[in-house]
Amino acid sequence: MATVEPHRVRAGRGVELGLLVLALALAVGAYALVGLGTSDEVPADVLGYGTGLAALALGMHLVLRWRAPFADPVILPVTVALNGIGLAMIYRIDVAYEGAGKDHGFAGRQLLWTTISVVLAAAVLVCLRDHRTLRRYTYTAMVVGLVLLGLPLLPVLGTSINGARIWVNVGSVGMQPAEFAKLALAVFFAGYLVTHRDTLALAGPRFAGLQLPRARDLGPILVVWAGSIAVLVFERDLGTSLLLFGLFVAMLYLATERVSWVVIGLLMFVGGAVVASSVFSHVAARFDAWLHAMDPEIFDRLYGGSGQLVRGLFGMASGGLFGTGWGQGRPDLVTYAESDFIVPSLGEELGLTGLLAILMLYVVLTQRGMRAAVGVRDGFGKLLAGGLAFVVAWQCFVVVGGVTRLIPLTGLTTPFLAYGGSSLLANWIIVALLLRVSDDARRPAPAARGVRPDEPLPGEVEAGPTRVPAASATRAPGTGAGVGAEPDDEHPTERIGGLA
Amino acid sequence: MSELTITLLRLGYLALLWVLVLSSIAVLRRDLYGTRITKRRSRTGAPAPVPAAAGPAVATTGPPTAPTPVTAPRSARGQRAQRGAQRGARLVVTQGPLTGTILPLTQSAVVVGRAPGCTLVLEDDYSSSRHARIFPQGGAWYVEDMGSTNGTFVHDQSGDHKISGPTPLTPGQSVRVGRSVIELQG
Repeated sequence: MATVEPHRVRAGRGVELGLLVLALALAVGAYALVGLGTSDEVPADVLGYGTGLAALALGMHLVLRWRAPFADPVILPVTVALNGIGLAMIYRIDVAYEGAGKDHGFAGRQLLWTTISVVLAAAVLVCLRDHRTLRRYTYTAMVVGLVLLGLPLLPVLGTSINGARIWVNVGSVGMQPAEFAKLALAVFFAGYLVTHRDTLALAGPRFAGLQLPRARDLGPILVVWAGSIAVLVFERDLGTSLLLFGLFVAMLYLATERVSWVVIGLLMFVGGAVVASSVFSHVAARFDAWLHAMDPEIFDRLYGGSGQLVRGLFGMASGGLFGTGWGQGRPDLVTYAESDFIVPSLGEELGLTGLLAILMLYVVLTQRGMRAAVGVRDGFGKLLAGGLAFVVAWQCFVVVGGVTRLIPLTGLTTPFLAYGGSSLLANWIIVALLLRVSDDARRPAPAARGVRPDEPLPGEVEAGPTRVPAASATRAPGTGAGVGAEPDDEHPTERIGGLA
Repeated sequence: MSELTITLLRLGYLALLWVLVLSSIAVLRRDLYGTRITKRRSRTGAPAPVPAAAGPAVATTGPPTAPTPVTAPRSARGQRAQRGAQRGARLVVTQGPLTGTILPLTQSAVVVGRAPGCTLVLEDDYSSSRHARIFPQGGAWYVEDMGSTNGTFVHDQSGDHKISGPTPLTPGQSVRVGRSVIELQG
């Protein structure tokens, strides 16, 4: 009737190298075109810049060949392309700022941060041989995440910039600890939900077609909800609070497959946001700027007006279908064109065609993360990869939705594109973790290593203490595509104990 | 620089961007992993996927009404067990809802049962979710019951025997799991 056999897995390192060359060509080409567009000549240091970027990308590629030979071949090139395009855009805005006599020098710092991030991502891949190690630090990650979230509230360390208190000054370097908090919390949610998902999914009454959770199981979601509302209230940052809560609800849904959690989560967030918009002026201003962006009095309002948003829209409109070309537009007219509003800047110079290509790159990146989550065999890895992939997509949605007036504008960074060291660092670590999980997902099943030849015969093995745990058999061929339902996932602790 | 060159560079860059996107997607299309299930054209026709090396075992892949367990010469069995565990061995379902399914064996253990995580997923109400395990050791294959409700039976010349521990399996011998009969072929 049918033949069942495992696929022959292509490691894909050669394909990755080919795509990397393409991605590097895009990054260096953008840099050269910015020079051509702004000063009619290719920048003198384009060779040095290209060599540096190529060295970083190839270094990461070699680390993958060494430590994660079966990692997904698409993730790294897509990330390099996004980072390179972001660098070129920041350089382009730098040139414009320099011409206008404004504060500049963003591109150099971003390049430095890129180097640090790639080196750190490579270090994560080298040191972290198995993502399941992270599960041991489930509750440590929770504490770390909460501390990082609360850090900007400390009197000396934390600083308030433009109304949002999300910055921490370490020496002369400003960091946004919330970017790292999202990593720690993703690890915590994955570890917590993999143990508790059955109670969250199965217990409780049914109402109107929804499987409702029991009241006492609502505890953790209430804690996270309170945490994200606290961020909103005390740090006055809508973006981080949205990010946190979205991550938690998405991971709850991934773990339990219950639509009721999504409904409850959305209702709770909408409720919280409505109350917040009526109580806090800065949230109300964001809503005003979103709903009545074109009103002159709101456009001209000095603080919390819609001027930035509308100028971004005009920029994208002047870009049209094919854009003005690198260095030909005026993206610098928008405030924060290099960080919050880098998407309209790209929309202006690359047009709808280019912006859609960039969004497609994010789609591919997210899809690869989700695919790794489907393919990996352990529940913790599934949740971690799914959650991290979701974070990238969610941040994109919130930012792009904000600048295109689909949803109220919030201060989140565009992963890999926007100027900002913390964001770049955190997102490269996400990529390293996704690569690590995808390596585990795509690695072909190893030979059964349950009983070694020097061990007693099967008859004696049965009774002896060296009896093969059933878990070792889940590595058998054919289980790679098991979507979700792994019988061993119900006892992940035992599995991990057995593997350690 | 001429207007034409600038326009060409601008559009060329956009084209390159889409080349990256589309080639990534092309890579995704080829990047499949997991299991491949190949449908055979007809159950009663020539059993094309079964190589001639399988010898007399071919006969048992026919319709479920003819479950003729193979009776290979005793002397050849020892050699076959050696060779079978090394390469080319496979499991063939000869009775039950999945009749005709072939599962090539590698050097790893195989779990049979109803759970979706099993290597061979049976749609058989009489089998347990993780029913039996078939694993290689010392050049031969063994079958072991994993605490199933209805038990696992190995067929030999004197009939079906319920197994209690790991039992050696020679090529041509069949194992009954619920209503399904699975045969090891070397």
